[in-house]
Amino acid sequence: MDPLLSGEIGLTEVLIVLLKVVVSFAALMVGVMLMVWFERKLVADMQNRIGPNRAGPFGLLQTLADGIKLFFKEDLQPERSDPFVFKLAPYLSLVPAFLVFTVIPIAGNFSDGNDGVVTLLGHETLMQVANPQMGILFVLAMSSVAVYGVMLAGWSSGSKYPLLGSVRASAQMVSYEAALGLSVASVLLLAGTLTTNGIVAEQSGWRWNLWMTLLVPFVVFVIAATAELNRPPFDLVEAEQELVGGFHTEYSSIRFALFFLAEFMNTVTMSAVIVTLFLGGPEGPIPSGAPGWVQDYLLPLTYFFGKLFIFLFVFVWFRATLPRFRYDQLMDLGWKFLIPLALGWFLILTSLKVAEDQGWNPVVAVAVTAAVVVVGAVLLRSSIRAASGDDLDDVTADVAAGGES
Amino acid sequence: MSGPSVLAAALQDVLIEPAPGFEVPSIDWAGIAPNLILMLGSILLLTVVSVLKRRVPSWFAPVWTISAAVAAGCAVVPLWQRFADTGPETLVGGAVGLDGFSLFATVVVCIAVVFVALLLADYLPRESLESPEWYVLVLLSASGAVTMASADDLIVLFVGLEILSVAAYVMTAMHRRRVTSQEAGLKYFVLGAFSSAFLLYGIALTYGATGSTNLAEIQAFLAGDVVTQNALLLGGLAFMLVGLGFKVGAVPFHSWAPDVYQGAPTPISGYMAGAVKLGAFAALLRVFVVAFGPAYRQEWQPLVAVLAVLSLVVGAFAAISQTNVKRMLAYSSINHAGFILLGVLAASAAGTESALFYLLAYTFMAAGSFAVVTVVGRTGEHRQSLEDYRGLASVRPGLALVFTVLLLSQAGVPLTVGFLAKLYVVTAAVESGFDWVAVVAMLTAVVSAFMYLRIVATMYFADAPEGAPALRIPAATGVALGLSVVGVLLLGIVPGPVSDWANEAVAQLVVAAP
Amino acid sequence: MRVEVFTFLVAGAICVGGALGVVLFRNPVHNALSLVATLFGVAVLFIAQEAYFLAAIQVIVYAGAIVILFLFVIMLLGVDQAEAIERDPFRLRRTITVLGGAVLLAGSVAILLAAGQRTTGREAATAPLDPAVPDVERLGRAIFTDYVFAFEITALLLTVAVVGAVVLTRRSTGTPIDLEEFPDGSAYDVWVSDHPGALVDEDTADADADADGEDGSGDDATDTGDADGQDDESADSEVTS
Repeated sequence: MDPLLSGEIGLTEVLIVLLKVVVSFAALMVGVMLMVWFERKLVADMQNRIGPNRAGPFGLLQTLADGIKLFFKEDLQPERSDPFVFKLAPYLSLVPAFLVFTVIPIAGNFSDGNDGVVTLLGHETLMQVANPQMGILFVLAMSSVAVYGVMLAGWSSGSKYPLLGSVRASAQMVSYEAALGLSVASVLLLAGTLTTNGIVAEQSGWRWNLWMTLLVPFVVFVIAATAELNRPPFDLVEAEQELVGGFHTEYSSIRFALFFLAEFMNTVTMSAVIVTLFLGGPEGPIPSGAPGWVQDYLLPLTYFFGKLFIFLFVFVWFRATLPRFRYDQLMDLGWKFLIPLALGWFLILTSLKVAEDQGWNPVVAVAVTAAVVVVGAVLLRSSIRAASGDDLDDVTADVAAGGES
Repeated sequence: MSGPSVLAAALQDVLIEPAPGFEVPSIDWAGIAPNLILMLGSILLLTVVSVLKRRVPSWFAPVWTISAAVAAGCAVVPLWQRFADTGPETLVGGAVGLDGFSLFATVVVCIAVVFVALLLADYLPRESLESPEWYVLVLLSASGAVTMASADDLIVLFVGLEILSVAAYVMTAMHRRRVTSQEAGLKYFVLGAFSSAFLLYGIALTYGATGSTNLAEIQAFLAGDVVTQNALLLGGLAFMLVGLGFKVGAVPFHSWAPDVYQGAPTPISGYMAGAVKLGAFAALLRVFVVAFGPAYRQEWQPLVAVLAVLSLVVGAFAAISQTNVKRMLAYSSINHAGFILLGVLAASAAGTESALFYLLAYTFMAAGSFAVVTVVGRTGEHRQSLEDYRGLASVRPGLALVFTVLLLSQAGVPLTVGFLAKLYVVTAAVESGFDWVAVVAMLTAVVSAFMYLRIVATMYFADAPEGAPALRIPAATGVALGLSVVGVLLLGIVPGPVSDWANEAVAQLVVAAP
Repeated sequence: MRVEVFTFLVAGAICVGGALGVVLFRNPVHNALSLVATLFGVAVLFIAQEAYFLAAIQVIVYAGAIVILFLFVIMLLGVDQAEAIERDPFRLRRTITVLGGAVLLAGSVAILLAAGQRTTGREAATAPLDPAVPDVERLGRAIFTDYVFAFEITALLLTVAVVGAVVLTRRSTGTPIDLEEFPDGSAYDVWVSDHPGALVDEDTADADADADGEDGSGDDATDTGDADGQDDESADSEVTS
């Protein structure tokens, strides 16, 4: 029975939870602020520009200045909009972005089989706001809720471009959620648990899922995550040349700021999810003689944010270098490549696991499964080719046209 | 330590985690062979045509379908032997029943598949609708019907029902150039989904009341315990009856049937009258007669009696007033459903046998009748009204004769299978003490006989309209017509072997070995 | 225990409120959003029952995929304006429907009330579940033991659904051939508006006749069909070419 439901809960527990909430909220907000600055600065560097350099040292306070500016702008609401949904949509974007971060373990000693439990105010606890049993599924659930923000924002604006942007966005996010989920499944197969804490603990001792799942799920996850975030090169949602500003064209002032915030917050949290799933979260070498606060907080936090930073950099790098996909290419990549790949890889990992359980020769088991998967892939490939030769051709053309018109 | 060995050791640690006490039920592949053949047949057909596409000759899909159906029918033979030797069994963790009932139903489904494949082979080129998906869906839906007929678990039954129904919805709407077909498909889908929800709700309530979805366990529970508060169980029974009543097309849940039968491509209408009805009736018999029969007969029999009487009366009288022959046959199928409900109502071994025999007979009659409607309808299925049958006997005497035989059989004229089928169900109902329902049934038989004779009279005693276009009977359709007439007459004159076989085909529930 | 009751009341209120919203709101998008509220309420109820996996799946599958697709269709079809039903043509039918729904509701409530404290015939669980076994594992065991057959044939159901969806979304070729069965011409109008340009090559007079009334198009199609099946086809393919 959950202690919250049974009512056996003391003041200290409440305090600890409050503390965690405040800290993670603050950390996330500061992180987002820095992320916006970092992105602008880095893109500027890559494009041989200077970037923001007025507000504060190195332009660090630029985001704050922008926020204040947006806050004091006039809040416009289009005449043909749906008032309630129009106001609701930004929050539907923002809240899931916050909530995902609550299940991410950001510190705690995970080295050498430790499970990351720290002692805080005399209570054993984990360095994450919550460790629900549904764990990583909560992340997927929240990312599917986030679709609503985008979709409803576009629709409720009562305007053409936002609607098209939001329709594109939701199709894209729903499609890539499948690939996302399938690559997570490979991780879950190894971890044997859904909880984020369990997933990180399972990777303890350098058994990072990055190589334990043999890289492919990681690659699929990163690509799908980029699409899920609507970041370049998958940013058809707000393709300026085609859709003005995409789903938030009609938004201004603080509501626009909320979308902006949610977008960058999603980037940060998705990077944190990648770190948790594939890079062992806050895990890293920890000298056993070090004092407790170094073991539990300082080093793990450093490792965690260090790894996080790598992905933030990668996302910005993508943006600065890769050209945008065309809509049908995007759908082809998702449905015809990533999902079959993630699924096939999952089957191969499963065969490895079954072979171990049953005492079969793992090499033979994997070879057989791989052969089956390859045959499946060839059949899929040739049936796609056969189909695109005739009547399905104009259907796909139709879809593509529908998405862009 | 070197990198690979760390990795290997790690793999060893992570991967070896045997699940304690986890035993997957043994799967008796031979026991579910007929169903497997149908499933694999559909999937392989789908794969082959999707890869080869245009390089597949047009005869391939129908031949493949018929072969799969015949193979599934042949696979029943050894299983029947096994059943005769060792008695009923339950397979795959108590989910699938292997008994005479399921085997008999499987054979009937296979017959329906053969008929529909023969008809589609001519119908599709005529309407320029050729695509292999028709046959894939036919095989898939047949597998759904077999699953329903052999389900020993309410969840399996529901999934089977959905496989059967979804395929039927799609096939109904697949005549892309007839708006009526699409309208019928949509109507069927919406109402069908609605009724599935009722069935599911009934299953949920039943599970709440009995603590199991397994029919054998439900039966054992009801036999061993007296339920003091049975409101939940009664609610579950009522909702399941609504759901299944819709699928069999019993009044008052019949409103979809005329429109759907009329709108659907005619071969598919025949298939629905055969296989879809069979699946739903098999489920009805298994759940109500077998699982709930011993303990709760008194509770559901009045409800079924009302359904039966309403179906008989409405089916017969509404059919008379129709001028569209396809619609007439639709209402007559409601009337037939009423007759089969008599077999359910009897809630006895005799009732089950008679219902099965009726279903077999009706499969032949429906396939043949709708085949005639297919031929007379001509391209585009414009000619469905009674007017279009005027003087058919002078234009196409053979076709008229075949239709006459089939209609007389539907009316229940002696020497045809329809007579025996009606006789068996009525006898079973009388034996169980439902004399008044039996009387109603016989009266409606007279009423509907009028309707059938009206079509016969139109064909023989009216003049053919001037300049009526020639009527061509394609080969495969001819074969289907011949088969149905031979079946109707043969079963009518020498019913012995088949009815003996049906006598053994009583559903039995076996509790799965723990 | 009080927290559990409180959770139930709040989640139940969300469920019922959402369900009412689905029925009562006039705007389809608002209906869909109300449905989401109901689904969330159910997810919370699942969590209160410690069925965490089901709760997550409820949100991911229903809220995250199914209702999104509803919204997708609503938005793309442009039916997102409030329904304007001033005069209900089916007043009697509507009354009967409402009455039937009320009876059904009353019956369901009566079933529960009649059963009182002992709703089920059999004790659902005689002992609390072992908290050490996660609910995912429990579910997995059930699926791969007792319900393995149902689970496997669900694949077949999905195949049927996919094949059906692909087949039905394929473009139809040629003019519908049974428009004469819809005498008010509505079906024809819908078809024409769905297929702009389909009638380009056809003789203008013919097109007019088709548009004007049931007789023109109906007899046309029937006559050619009667003369020869092949003629009918070629006539229709000319229309589309």
